Amino acid sequence: MKPELDIRAETLLSVRGLNAWYGKSHILHGVELEVRQGEIVSLLGRNGAGRSTLLKAIMGAVTTTGEVAIGGRAVAGRKPHEIAHAGIGYVPESRDVFPALTVKENLRLGLKPKGEGRWSLEDIYELFPVLRTRADTAAGSLSGGEQQMLTICRTLIGDPDLIMVDEPTEGLAPKMVAAVGELLERIAARGVSILLVEQKLVIAMDISHRVYVMGHGEIVFEGTPAALQAAPEIRAEWLEV
Amino acid sequence: MSIDVLAFSLLNGTLYGMLLFLLASGLTLIFSMMGVLNFAHASFFMLGAYLGFEFSQGLGFFPALILAPLCVGLIGAGVERFGLRRVHRFGHLGELLFTFGLAFVIEEAVQMIWGRSPQAYPVPAALDFTAFEIFGTGYPAFRLFMLAVSAAIFAGLALLLNRTRVGLIVRASLTHPEMVSMLGHNVPLVFMSVFGAGSALAALGGVIAGPILVTQPSMAAGLGPILFVIVVVGGLGSLGGAFAASLIVGFIQTFAVAIDFSVADAFGLIGVTAPPAALGALLRDVWNVSVSQVGPVIPYLLLVAMLIFRPMGLAGKRA
Repeated sequence: MKPELDIRAETLLSVRGLNAWYGKSHILHGVELEVRQGEIVSLLGRNGAGRSTLLKAIMGAVTTTGEVAIGGRAVAGRKPHEIAHAGIGYVPESRDVFPALTVKENLRLGLKPKGEGRWSLEDIYELFPVLRTRADTAAGSLSGGEQQMLTICRTLIGDPDLIMVDEPTEGLAPKMVAAVGELLERIAARGVSILLVEQKLVIAMDISHRVYVMGHGEIVFEGTPAALQAAPEIRAEWLEV
Repeated sequence: MSIDVLAFSLLNGTLYGMLLFLLASGLTLIFSMMGVLNFAHASFFMLGAYLGFEFSQGLGFFPALILAPLCVGLIGAGVERFGLRRVHRFGHLGELLFTFGLAFVIEEAVQMIWGRSPQAYPVPAALDFTAFEIFGTGYPAFRLFMLAVSAAIFAGLALLLNRTRVGLIVRASLTHPEMVSMLGHNVPLVFMSVFGAGSALAALGGVIAGPILVTQPSMAAGLGPILFVIVVVGGLGSLGGAFAASLIVGFIQTFAVAIDFSVADAFGLIGVTAPPAALGALLRDVWNVSVSQVGPVIPYLLLVAMLIFRPMGLAGKRA
């Protein structure tokens, strides 16, 4: 179950008129998006709709124009590490664990210089005990699902206010998919906002407070999961294969 | 080979290997980071020797041991920040040409300031004595000092990279720079620091090698190719491989000089004392060439053999 959302919650992430390019290819066209404190928001859409690019653009990893604000502070054009310090955590689709480093070393890399925030190493181990038992093994030897958990936990331990997770259940066994969904809910329960890119509609609809649908680099729908459920024409045009 | 030659060759081989590692460690870290070999690395070694010589004149050897690497480290960091980082967008070829050109610039600058002839860079008086004697031959204290400095740097580097948070960030940045920056670490600063530290290590090598090798403008060109052999044989980007390869090359070059063994001697062992008449004049010359004469070529033969049989090197992960 998704945590109750305080309707007076303030806007944490605000994106206004965001355009993004890969070289000369214009990928995002004036995207408008908002995530409030403690909110779980899912970005839906077919492959190539621009969802992953939107996350990278927010993170400062691609060339953009437009406005991105975190907690009211403009961060567009900033470097990725500065955006991370502003409170955004990013878990890429490629699950970039550092394969030669141990699980514990991977987690330590997520820690900010200020030290532990709302997540201690102990919290992380409780959340996902296999990381404790395999703390001293090379991260590259973990299973795909375990690597996914490690990347999420590594981002969490840096104490972000908002965590952006790109396709966390991609290629995972059904049991791991459920575990990832459960983990995301537990994260949100601690007051961390989540911006989720997810292909599996069921999970996104189940845990999200709001959903955005993207198509051709634009937002084509915004509303609650119930509203999307009640809009078969949107699902047919932008989501169903 | 007599036992005393063996003992001294072992000592000198270790010393030369450790000295090579001082340079190769920085070069291989910078390679992992940039994806291209830094052709100017040996030039920083030479610059270290010259600055070491200059500071020694005014302030003494030990302040020079600190100041020269510090200066060259700052120069290296500046080269990364204002040169390589800008050239990066033009790809690897641009970076390669930049470092290639930089090597010439440094060599020319050194010649303009200090001239072409070798400098009289003496062994510091405090270390100019015989440390010990084995088989009646003394071993200079300065060589022992070089060995100690190199070993201390090796241990310090291993500790820094494997036991500290900074080392962790460097190791992760070498393979996944984008992800590291998204975790909130300033990767461009890491790269600049690694380049600066690598240059400083090369310069430290120059300061301690200056009094033993000759401090002259060609010392960079003489050492550069051997460094590339080490980095390739060790495995591109591998610090452990670079260490092993440095020692191997150090031993090869030291022992080769001491071995007076030729093809003729080898055949002599099985009773063949004269070259077969069928051999042409050219091959008859080869008959008498000793190992010590081909010593300088052996590392390059090792390089070629490595590229043919194990292109990823001793410990590298990519060919």
